[in-house]
Amino acid sequence: MYPPAFEYAAPESVEEALDRLAEVGDEGRILAGGQSLIPMMKLRLAAPAHLIDINEIAELAYIREVNGHLAIGALTRHADVVRSEVVAGGCATMASAAPWVADPLVRNRGTVCGSVAHCDPEGDWNSVMLAVGAEVVARSKQGERVIPISEFVVDFFTNSLRPGEMVTELRVPRDDDRSGGAYLKLERKIGDYATVGVAAHLRLDEQGRIARAGLALTSVGPINLKVTEAEEMMVGQEPGDELFAEAAQIAARTCEPTSDVRGPAEYKRSVVAAYTRRAFGRALAGARGET
Amino acid sequence: MTTTHQPATPFEMGGIGHSVRRKEDDRFIQGAGRYLDDIQLPGMLHMAILRSPIAHGRILSIDTSEAEATDGVVAVVTGEMLAAHGLAWMPTLSGDTQAVLATDKVRYQGQEVAAVIATDPYVARDALSGIFVDYEELPAITSPQQALEPGAVLIRDEKEGQTDNVAYTWEAGDKAATDEAFAKADLVVTLDTHYPRSHPAPLETCGVVADVNPATGEATIYLTSQAPHAHRTLFAIVAGLPEEKIRVVSPDIGGGFGNKVPIYPGYVVATAASLLIGKPVKWVESRSENLISTGFARDFHMHGELALTADGRILGLRASILSDQGAFYADAQPTRFRAGLFHICTGSYDFGAAHVTAKGAFTNKAPGGVAYRCSFRVTEASYLIERLVQNAAYELGMDPAEFRLKNFIRPEQFPYLSPTGFVYDSGDYHTALRKAMEMIDYEGWRRRQQEPHPEGKLIGIGIASFTEVVGAGNSRTYDIAGLKMIDSAELRIHPTGKAILKLGVKSQGQGHETTFAQIVAEELGIPFEDVKVQEGDTDNTPYGLGTYASRSTPVAGAATAVVARQIREKARKLAAHLLEASPDDLEWEPGRFFVRGVPDKGVTIQEVAFAAYTNFPEGMEAGLEGVHYYDPPNMTYPFGSYIVVVEVDPEDGTWKVLDMVAVDDCGVRINPMIVEGQITGGLTEGFAKANMQWITFDENGNCIGSNFLDYLVPTAWEAPRFRLGETVTPSPHHPIGAKGVGESATVGSPAAYVNAVIDALWSKGVRNIDMPVLPHRVWGALNGVEVAP
Amino acid sequence: MEIEVTVNGVAYRRDTEPRRLLVDFIRTELGLTGTHIGCDTTSCGACTVLFDGVPVKSCTMFAVQADGHELTTVEGLRRNGELSPVQAAFKEHHGLQCGFCTPGMMLVATALLSSNPDPTEEEVRWALSGNICRCTGYTNIVEAIRSAAATMHETAGVES
Repeated sequence: MYPPAFEYAAPESVEEALDRLAEVGDEGRILAGGQSLIPMMKLRLAAPAHLIDINEIAELAYIREVNGHLAIGALTRHADVVRSEVVAGGCATMASAAPWVADPLVRNRGTVCGSVAHCDPEGDWNSVMLAVGAEVVARSKQGERVIPISEFVVDFFTNSLRPGEMVTELRVPRDDDRSGGAYLKLERKIGDYATVGVAAHLRLDEQGRIARAGLALTSVGPINLKVTEAEEMMVGQEPGDELFAEAAQIAARTCEPTSDVRGPAEYKRSVVAAYTRRAFGRALAGARGET
Repeated sequence: MTTTHQPATPFEMGGIGHSVRRKEDDRFIQGAGRYLDDIQLPGMLHMAILRSPIAHGRILSIDTSEAEATDGVVAVVTGEMLAAHGLAWMPTLSGDTQAVLATDKVRYQGQEVAAVIATDPYVARDALSGIFVDYEELPAITSPQQALEPGAVLIRDEKEGQTDNVAYTWEAGDKAATDEAFAKADLVVTLDTHYPRSHPAPLETCGVVADVNPATGEATIYLTSQAPHAHRTLFAIVAGLPEEKIRVVSPDIGGGFGNKVPIYPGYVVATAASLLIGKPVKWVESRSENLISTGFARDFHMHGELALTADGRILGLRASILSDQGAFYADAQPTRFRAGLFHICTGSYDFGAAHVTAKGAFTNKAPGGVAYRCSFRVTEASYLIERLVQNAAYELGMDPAEFRLKNFIRPEQFPYLSPTGFVYDSGDYHTALRKAMEMIDYEGWRRRQQEPHPEGKLIGIGIASFTEVVGAGNSRTYDIAGLKMIDSAELRIHPTGKAILKLGVKSQGQGHETTFAQIVAEELGIPFEDVKVQEGDTDNTPYGLGTYASRSTPVAGAATAVVARQIREKARKLAAHLLEASPDDLEWEPGRFFVRGVPDKGVTIQEVAFAAYTNFPEGMEAGLEGVHYYDPPNMTYPFGSYIVVVEVDPEDGTWKVLDMVAVDDCGVRINPMIVEGQITGGLTEGFAKANMQWITFDENGNCIGSNFLDYLVPTAWEAPRFRLGETVTPSPHHPIGAKGVGESATVGSPAAYVNAVIDALWSKGVRNIDMPVLPHRVWGALNGVEVAP
Repeated sequence: MEIEVTVNGVAYRRDTEPRRLLVDFIRTELGLTGTHIGCDTTSCGACTVLFDGVPVKSCTMFAVQADGHELTTVEGLRRNGELSPVQAAFKEHHGLQCGFCTPGMMLVATALLSSNPDPTEEEVRWALSGNICRCTGYTNIVEAIRSAAATMHETAGVES
């Protein structure tokens, strides 16, 4: 209920934030939306000595379309994504996931980049990012790096940021008019973490065959799982129920769920299969312009 | 017999039957309610509690020196220190004892071990990290079955004469007659089901501000209390304080549902600390503390058997219960009834024989056993019979509605003596069920159920026709900790005709400030707006046992009607004096006496009230007030029929409510709007328990469900929509014919939801799924996969 | 550290420790106790306030983060001596019982109606899904909010 004490700074520019981050070293944590970090501090599961609050860095709050991708600034809230026409028209998988992240009030405060950096395997965004092949932009006083999401998500609550680096932007490939995507989440109630989440993305070629497939899973492994085997298997194939069922079997076979209060592993595998089929069905409808 | 109630007063007067808007709302909608945590006193200190991280272990040592040295810490309290004042243990409401702060062992995860008192709540919390406790871990017992195994580790080794983990045994009914009924049966249907551990989880957690005046020794204890008078008496007994020096004040309460009936260790520690330090001490639980340590509910492992004839008649019921009591037997329930009123489990049905046995076991879990929006285990009882009845109907090849209609107690059988000894006051079960069937189009849904679903989903229709027993007591049979279950009302009419009504019960959201004023309006014709209702301050209200078990309207409501009628009789004499007529020649209409046959010649109740202080006849005592202690002649028996239609997705096991109809009969409705609000809330809580809400433990006794991320309560998104109906069968013995309604829907609805899901899956061979009917359990039942938990 | 925050139109300057939660600051520093605390996991929404007009859970922000910002709490809903349409509708439709969740519910409703003046039942339920009520079963809360929307339409109609 009552968090431990810390030193606080609220820089007004990225440069200032990076200076501060360099100064405090490992003891510092970036405070963006704080919707995961602050509850952890209240339960005394986290006790950072320094918080660097980026909420006053207005330049980080944006969703833009740049050179074939969507750029999502580090201060973009989940609710901004829910409302964004750029996202609605530019990334169906993201648009589909956004309303199911946490609850409406948490979405008003929590940020997409913060959630991505948190690397909670029960978080929804990293499955979306893995499915669409996003990139993370990280900055430090030494400069800027662009990290593919599959290299950014390292382990359970672990990302590949180096000391002194902070996430400033997320780059999401823009859907073309033969792309579609969906995120399906089984949760017991609003605000619950996913029992299973499935992010699917499809791009069709001119003949209507699959040019790119993206599939990633939430809450069924130590990290959000990208189902590369299924993705590769689908490329060049004719999309349809049969193919999606095959992808579903691969997803169910390769995921690594544990048995817990949300159900036995067998159950979760079964839902992964069902939701993979359903999510690709929706993605296909989107790619064909049927929605 | 079902009747309809026509209000006798105009709407503005707000007597019985009017949906007048609530008087208490003005402060709540402006943020001006005053809840426990809103209280700030000069010099007030803050308390934080250190809790056991393990489920079972011996305490080897406690080192508090670092905590004591923390800036801002005033004191660190341990069990040893309390023991020096005889306060390390306290009595429970079921005659057991419970540790206040652990001295010998910890017996559940979350148990209170030490407390820090500091100038600031952040500092108090920080200092908990400076207390070091060495434990010798012991095996954790996480189920009552495990507790009763031979050789199980003894949880209550401190308790003299306790050689096993049995908390109590109890039985009701007639074993021989029941055996005889079963011997005659053509078919016996059985059901084993666990009504899981749950928690009332009112949105406001529990808390205390203890303010002991060091000069006078007078203790003002602000408490989130559903029963302030009983708590004052128990405080006097536990703490050894003279009762006249204790004032318990229960401020606005942010929901209770049974959670705020017991006395918790934190209350005692804060009061002891205030006494020793001489400053006010506040302790407000966090949600995690609330869920992990305070009064759980349910946790009944139930076995039921129905003896049936081939043509669909019930002959008898056997039920045996194994209850998981946690580490201390702390049920808040009437003394004589070790398993509460579970023996109401014969429900709405007419048959000759029943036998109920119950055994409680100690386990390494939090104590409690509170009646969560329930009249002492009536919820468990109702659930068992309503689940059994549905399975029985299917086994007989009958429609469950038809089976119920065939076995209901008939209207002409009331008052009805049940095989376990209850005397049902009134009822008309057939009418309620038929009305519900008509409202939901039962036959239509049965047809639609047979049609193929385009997405492969399964439709299920579930019924529950519950009967409750509420409004304890009568004093002959019912007491808690020796205190007879009466309640009281004190009514004073001021010279200007306004009034104050003081009660021993305590609203937690039920709208007492409005409904009790409406009873006065009905009886005296004083507009309800002119009647102030006061509750919660033991210095300023008459004694009572408090608000739980749907007893406020049946008991305190009756007391209010009776005292108002007594005052009306005195008012009649005053009116006669003013009108220079004989009291016998006066007629009463709401708010006014007039001379029979001369309607223009009359006086209003306001004029009479003025005369009571300004112009009373010689020989008559001045004033217009009274107090009445009501000892109910019997309990009341609200009932109803609920029908739910659900749609189950067999792929992921999720289910949702497509339609729900609830027909309730709680006798005469004082304020229909408030009654419907109570029902809607209860239906949602019933859904919560059927769908998601429970507390469980891993094999080491770690609590899963100790915060709102794990203990799931529905939001507006998950909550079903309801359609409500009513029948009115007044209670024949209650002064205004009311029965109490706050818990009906929580009691009745869980079985309806579960019956609906089982109905959808029956043809697939599914016979039972325990609550909560989580998606993975549905999937497991359909696919023959054992799922645990 | 010293912060300046405007609450219900009144500017306050206070010194506060960085770790002090915004809800705690509002309740104990400013004495505005209508904002409540119901959980410790950002689940219940009893602490909802409007932060620059946007509903947030004030238990999951630090008071220092409100420096230079504007807050509305339940105490600020009443305007010009009149209950707001949302407040009036909660009373009229019995949208509250114990009253503990009510401030949060009303603030969410107020924000919802300012961006969506005529929400469907589904939209209202969706907007409320970060707030828990244990008493009402939500039915009357939803009804109250839809009725407030209708009232606001009528009033707007009269004014224009």
